[in-house]
Amino acid sequence: MIGAAAAAAIAIGFSAFEASAQQRQRFDYWYGLTGQLGEVMADHCKRFNESQTQYEAVCTGQGGYDRAEQNTIAAYRARQHPTLVQIYDAGTVNFMLSGATYNAVQFARDFNMKIDWNDYFPGVALYYATSRGEMWSFPYNSSSAVMYWNRGAYQRIGRNEAAGTWEQLENDLRSLKASGHACPMAIDFDTWQWVEQFLAIHNQSIATRANGYQGLDAELVFNRGLLPRHLTNMKRWLDEGLVRIQTAQTGKTLVQAFADGSCAVTMSSIANHGVVGSTASGGLQWSVAMLPVYEGFQRHNSLVGGASLWVMQGKSRGEYQAAAAFLDYVASRAEVEWMPTVTGYIPITNAAFRHMQETGFYNRPGFAGRETAITSLTFTPPNENTRGIRLGNFTSIRSELTSEMQAAYTGQKSVQQALDDAVARGNQILRRFEQTMRGRQLP
Amino acid sequence: MSGKRVTFKNFWLAILLILPQLFLVFTFFYWPAGEALYWAFTLEPPFGGEQQWVGWQNFETVFADPLYWNSVKRSLLFAFSSTALAMGIGLLLASFVDRQLAGYKVYRFIYFWPYAVAAPAVGLAFRFIFAPDAGFVSVINVWFPGLWNPALDGFDAMVLIVLANAWSMVAYNFIFFLAGLQSIPRSLVEAGAMDGAGAVRRMRDLQLPLIAPTFFFLIVINITDSFVNSFGIVDITTGGGPARATDLMVFKIYSDGFKGKDYSLAAAQSLVLMLMVCALTFIQFRFVERRVHYS
Repeated sequence: MIGAAAAAAIAIGFSAFEASAQQRQRFDYWYGLTGQLGEVMADHCKRFNESQTQYEAVCTGQGGYDRAEQNTIAAYRARQHPTLVQIYDAGTVNFMLSGATYNAVQFARDFNMKIDWNDYFPGVALYYATSRGEMWSFPYNSSSAVMYWNRGAYQRIGRNEAAGTWEQLENDLRSLKASGHACPMAIDFDTWQWVEQFLAIHNQSIATRANGYQGLDAELVFNRGLLPRHLTNMKRWLDEGLVRIQTAQTGKTLVQAFADGSCAVTMSSIANHGVVGSTASGGLQWSVAMLPVYEGFQRHNSLVGGASLWVMQGKSRGEYQAAAAFLDYVASRAEVEWMPTVTGYIPITNAAFRHMQETGFYNRPGFAGRETAITSLTFTPPNENTRGIRLGNFTSIRSELTSEMQAAYTGQKSVQQALDDAVARGNQILRRFEQTMRGRQLP
Repeated sequence: MSGKRVTFKNFWLAILLILPQLFLVFTFFYWPAGEALYWAFTLEPPFGGEQQWVGWQNFETVFADPLYWNSVKRSLLFAFSSTALAMGIGLLLASFVDRQLAGYKVYRFIYFWPYAVAAPAVGLAFRFIFAPDAGFVSVINVWFPGLWNPALDGFDAMVLIVLANAWSMVAYNFIFFLAGLQSIPRSLVEAGAMDGAGAVRRMRDLQLPLIAPTFFFLIVINITDSFVNSFGIVDITTGGGPARATDLMVFKIYSDGFKGKDYSLAAAQSLVLMLMVCALTFIQFRFVERRVHYS
């Protein structure tokens, strides 16, 4: 008797649940960001759910960008994947070749979305577009790299503007050291700002075949050109004590070492602008500037970093309609403007950026300087070297390069040898990827 | 060997009772291991789809890679040093408690705790304590500038993960050694003492030979554990660096497979690791166990 009653109660519970699910069409969305930025992701879902009554986004943090990608792949293989997923820039190739995604342009057309594809900054759009310029995912949280510099420390060496060139920066670092600053500049082994952005700004290729956009047979070439010279300089500065390595392992990351005033200059994502602002030690006067270029080189646009939203195959029409509503919502001007107010990310459309400039957002204390990332990202129209990097298994290539930079900076081998080794190993990774993806073409 | 076989009256009940365990072993060991075996001979695209049979290519790639051998070398170094350290300290602590030094009841109770701490938590704690700029140990660099820096010095990084792993294994060894020592009849140890043997002598000639089975068991467990459970510590403290100085085999499998999405290469490496751990255990049983007397 009790069992039957319980079963009936459960049945009623289920039908009530189904009824509410029918009233509000749900869809699953997985995001990678964690910490304060993860809370912003959850907030964005909440804002969407509160903005209307038809759909409901069920949002789940996956504990990191790489976890979000791993979990999505595992879930897809078990047919348990979400409708929408946030995937970082480096995961783009895997998703493009997966056959598991619903490409963005097609999706927007099928579900009558209001997206204006031409309003995205080209530097943002092209990173997530095919070689023919068709976008396969929806740009979302986006950033670029900037130089953080300590105004107070600079004033003590009689300068009141950031270095525009590496030559000037070297002089500044030398003066900072002479003035008693123990750590003029903090660096780490992250390839994103120290190599990838550096190459883009100097209009240097990271790989052949238009940085991989034109085919899986691309080969790495960053051991030639300007990079060996630059990293050799970096190693010399390290030996002279002009730069210092700051990682979580040494006790302080770049951002922490800059924010507490111990290092006077560093380079990092604009997304950390808010973090520096809220954690800076009292009285720290600081600013951001574009990354420096070497004399004799013309500055080009920097690369976008961050993540985009991918729609996955194999979901119901209802779920797709709900996801389309969510994507329209986060791409609306008001929401594109909301993101930069709660994070350091940039507005990703012209319309939102213009409106924010008009309303004086970038003059407000705490936000001033953030437009630097957009100036840097839109400095020139993107070309083959500066629109992005499309290399298979790029996270492994990054980690090979990181290991080789560690070997070079700690004096185990010369910079040129380290870069040659990174290229050789990176090319092996690319060939394996090409073989694994045999018969598939990059769109 | 008496040659007597243990038989159960309720054969089917016995089967029924071990069935859940067999099911778990099948689901979480044989099935994935079988899958890995298949992947190791194919090229598996991340999202699935058409695999290609490539024969031994994945193994050839693994064995031809000097950095793979680097990782094997690092793993062996790590396993043997942390086993030696963890067993040495475990035995020392156990003998202190066994001799009932002051406060031994408290120690007996708290020494086991570290084993209950998950590896990533151990890693995080050690990273904070041993951070060269900001940790407790950074005072070393105040006295001797540049002496300690696991972020840049491969040797220091290896020391760091060995310490962290040994710290968590000491507790386990301590309990087993203590149990072993306490099972030795008091009269034997006391007789030794009356004949004038000191504590060290008694340990070497009397207690150690008597707890040889425990000792042997712990060697096998410690080495196996150092090979397969070191991932959490490496991931949090060093990330395999600097310059691959702590790129242990399990960590390399994780970076190639899950970070790099090269499932086939990772599968081939896990098979090699599995065979290696089996071989090491076999060698220990074949050659070390000969010196062990169980009764």
